[in-house]
Amino acid sequence: MYDVAIIGAGVIGTAIARELSRYNLKIVILDKENDVSVGTSKANSGIIHAGFDPEENTLMAKLNEEGNKMFDTISEELSVPFKRNGSLVVAFDDEQLEHINKLKQRGINNGIPGLKILSKEELLKKEKSISQEAKGALFAETAGIIDPMLLTISFMENAVMNGAEYFLNFEVKSIKKEDGNYRVASQNNSVIAKYVINAAGVFADKIHDMVAEPAFKINTRRGQYFLLDKEEGKVISSTLFPCPSKIGKGILVAPTIHGNVILGPASDDIPEREDVGTTEEILNKARTGARLLIPKITTRNNIRNFSGMRAEPSTDDFIIKEAAGAPNFIDVAGIKSPGLTAAPAISLYVVSILKEKGLALNKKESFNPIVKRKFFIEMTEEEQSVLIKKNSLYGRIICRCENITEGDIVDAISRKPGATTMDGVKRRCRAGMGRCQGGFCGPKVQQIIARELNKPLEEIVLEKKLSYILTGKSK
Amino acid sequence: MEKYDIVIIGGGPAGLGAAIEAKKQGITKVLVIERDIELGGILQQCIHNGFGLHIFNEELTGPEYAQRFIDMAREENIDILLDTIVISISKDKKIKAMNTTGVLNIEAKAIVLAMGCREKTRSSIAIPGDRPAGVFTAGAAQRYINIEGYMVGKKVIVLGAGDIGMIMARRIVLEGGEVLAVLARGSIVKGLTRNIVQCLDHYNIPLLYNHNITKITGKERVESVTVAQTDEKKEVIPGTEKVYECDTVLLSVGLIPENELSRIAGIEIDRKTSGPFVNESMETSIPGIFACGNVVHVHDVVDFVTEESRRAGANAARFVKGEKSESESMNTIVSGGITYCVPHRIRYSAMPDKLDLFMRVENKYDKATIVINNQGNELVRFKKTNLTPGEMIKQSVKKSLFEKAKGDIEITLEVGGSK
Repeated sequence: MYDVAIIGAGVIGTAIARELSRYNLKIVILDKENDVSVGTSKANSGIIHAGFDPEENTLMAKLNEEGNKMFDTISEELSVPFKRNGSLVVAFDDEQLEHINKLKQRGINNGIPGLKILSKEELLKKEKSISQEAKGALFAETAGIIDPMLLTISFMENAVMNGAEYFLNFEVKSIKKEDGNYRVASQNNSVIAKYVINAAGVFADKIHDMVAEPAFKINTRRGQYFLLDKEEGKVISSTLFPCPSKIGKGILVAPTIHGNVILGPASDDIPEREDVGTTEEILNKARTGARLLIPKITTRNNIRNFSGMRAEPSTDDFIIKEAAGAPNFIDVAGIKSPGLTAAPAISLYVVSILKEKGLALNKKESFNPIVKRKFFIEMTEEEQSVLIKKNSLYGRIICRCENITEGDIVDAISRKPGATTMDGVKRRCRAGMGRCQGGFCGPKVQQIIARELNKPLEEIVLEKKLSYILTGKSK
Repeated sequence: MEKYDIVIIGGGPAGLGAAIEAKKQGITKVLVIERDIELGGILQQCIHNGFGLHIFNEELTGPEYAQRFIDMAREENIDILLDTIVISISKDKKIKAMNTTGVLNIEAKAIVLAMGCREKTRSSIAIPGDRPAGVFTAGAAQRYINIEGYMVGKKVIVLGAGDIGMIMARRIVLEGGEVLAVLARGSIVKGLTRNIVQCLDHYNIPLLYNHNITKITGKERVESVTVAQTDEKKEVIPGTEKVYECDTVLLSVGLIPENELSRIAGIEIDRKTSGPFVNESMETSIPGIFACGNVVHVHDVVDFVTEESRRAGANAARFVKGEKSESESMNTIVSGGITYCVPHRIRYSAMPDKLDLFMRVENKYDKATIVINNQGNELVRFKKTNLTPGEMIKQSVKKSLFEKAKGDIEITLEVGGSK
């Protein structure tokens, strides 16, 4: 019997798990995939938004503002690289200039510090490659960039370190009330919990409908991106947005925390929830959109196209509350942008709801908020020498695009939950994330995983269960 | 800090060729740094034959060709560091490397860059669709099959008629797999003609000109690809799409010289070749740092890599001995269908009696003439037949032709019958 079962190991589910692991509670995290951070959390812009976008007095506005402030501590505690690089909403005509002034006022109403309207001259001085057509911009100094996958993985690792349990490959098929508790069942397993958190991302409406009358719908919006080589990394330092429209924040150009440049998302609605393919038409839109902001940007140095899905709620705001008719079943649904930014604040908000519903929160003496992680390449030469003496695997670089050593990869596999797939390794330590996209290191990484997990090479997959790489021995 | 006369980065055919030549020229302290656990570079996975026709007058496999150089390097007592990766090099020729024994700092009088090249990926040509397993660059598939001993798929489409793509199409068939087609993305094949015959025609593998993949489908593993015809601008012709059910896509869509280290050192890079600008001695924009092989420009025949590497090794030796060539350099400027020429710069005083120019053309020409001019004077012309982008042109020129040359050397192509 668990106190709390969390459905979904994305950034929301894992942030809640980590927050709950501060208390003497028995927690379990369930996810249908074979790893954490494989849905919306793995494919997004990686932006920590300042908080001037959401309409005043919405849950989104409140949690964006609160979440943003928490990132300095969180990134420090969890060893997740984070940088407040600032964002710019660029205006190209008088109407848009008026709009960015409105955005600034909305930001002030939302309690966002550090907002400033820049003149054309100030803007061009700040970002030299920006379009000469720009007339001005709203600068937000608290906006930042982060690795969303590493953040999710670290929330999870920290929760597990502090006693949370988890089941992967656990696709929830039914949720039944049983003696005042909930039995959450997959095809061949089930758990019983007093409280259930529905953090199922684009499937949150389906999960909700298992225990309550339908109350909302989740549509999946797909956003397509280009990720450019680090060679292009110096083209900008702030995150650039066009003026937002009704359908979203538009196509941004941003540096990533690892020094690449990201262009996108160009979006479309998709009928199938997990159809994360890319299309030429939409990718062209992303390219065109990016060129409005930075005319000279090219996708010649593209190293990856990808698309991510967003959970668009039929209500206009985040849905975070107990489901009607299902006591102690809490929906955390429709977490679209700025969901990543809001995640830590959402976790506090959910804990406060649980407390209100009677969950006893006794602080755990042994709670340790720290996740230690340092990649070889980030160390000083002295630290590197010491480490190689201690563990010679750190002396062998496997991924030469990102300079990731065999020691880093073995570490990614031996963490809890550790990587078991090629993409699992990539998300944890960036091996295969660089310009050759695993062309050189792929076979080596696969061998290391097989060796460490003591499995045949053919059984090591790219990502999902059936994404096999090899089809048998050669002649 | 360890000190060497010449440090060579990369132990493939280019690096070994340069090292052996430097040693033969009397340099005592020569070090080759190789990141793999064995020497030979990418040749070790090229188990097909066709190597060595120019250098050894016989047909060798890749590993056999490599072994000859490995044996020579051992005989010459060249120092070799395996399983060691260079992290950075500096203008003043300090090298930071590492291996399982620790971080190594090495100082060299001269450096030869021989890091080779890497394959372009799916993203470099932005193929839309899903991102399932089963999409490999041809070289990665070659490593899995020939080195690791595993098959990468059963029903395969090859995109790009580059040499590795065609060679891998044949390998898949020999291993019991099926190759539905090799798609050339234009009307010209980028690989060698002999590979079309020996790898595709002999195995009845269809070669479809002017075709491209417009979509990859498959949630976890490749399930199908959509293939369409393209027009002369390589744009898809609507309505020509056809779906091929397959489990694997191999990509042979080009190679790029690996110049991350060159950039760290501040070496000037030519956007056309993606390699360093080099002079007649294979010296880069930094005096004493030389380069050869696929790190300079992508070759199609390893024998030419060897020739180039000998030149780099000999000149690195000359540099270490303090032989200077002070004369002004002339740029080789190409036009009229020639895409590039290596070397990019020529110093008359440093020229050998005969200098090899390596060039590529952008189109197929049955008959054409390479004309070399200087300040309005024609220096020399060479009649050529059957020029194609896939086959590098090697043209040797006599030093004496350039005795009075000054400024730019203009190299152009006159297409059609000879004058």
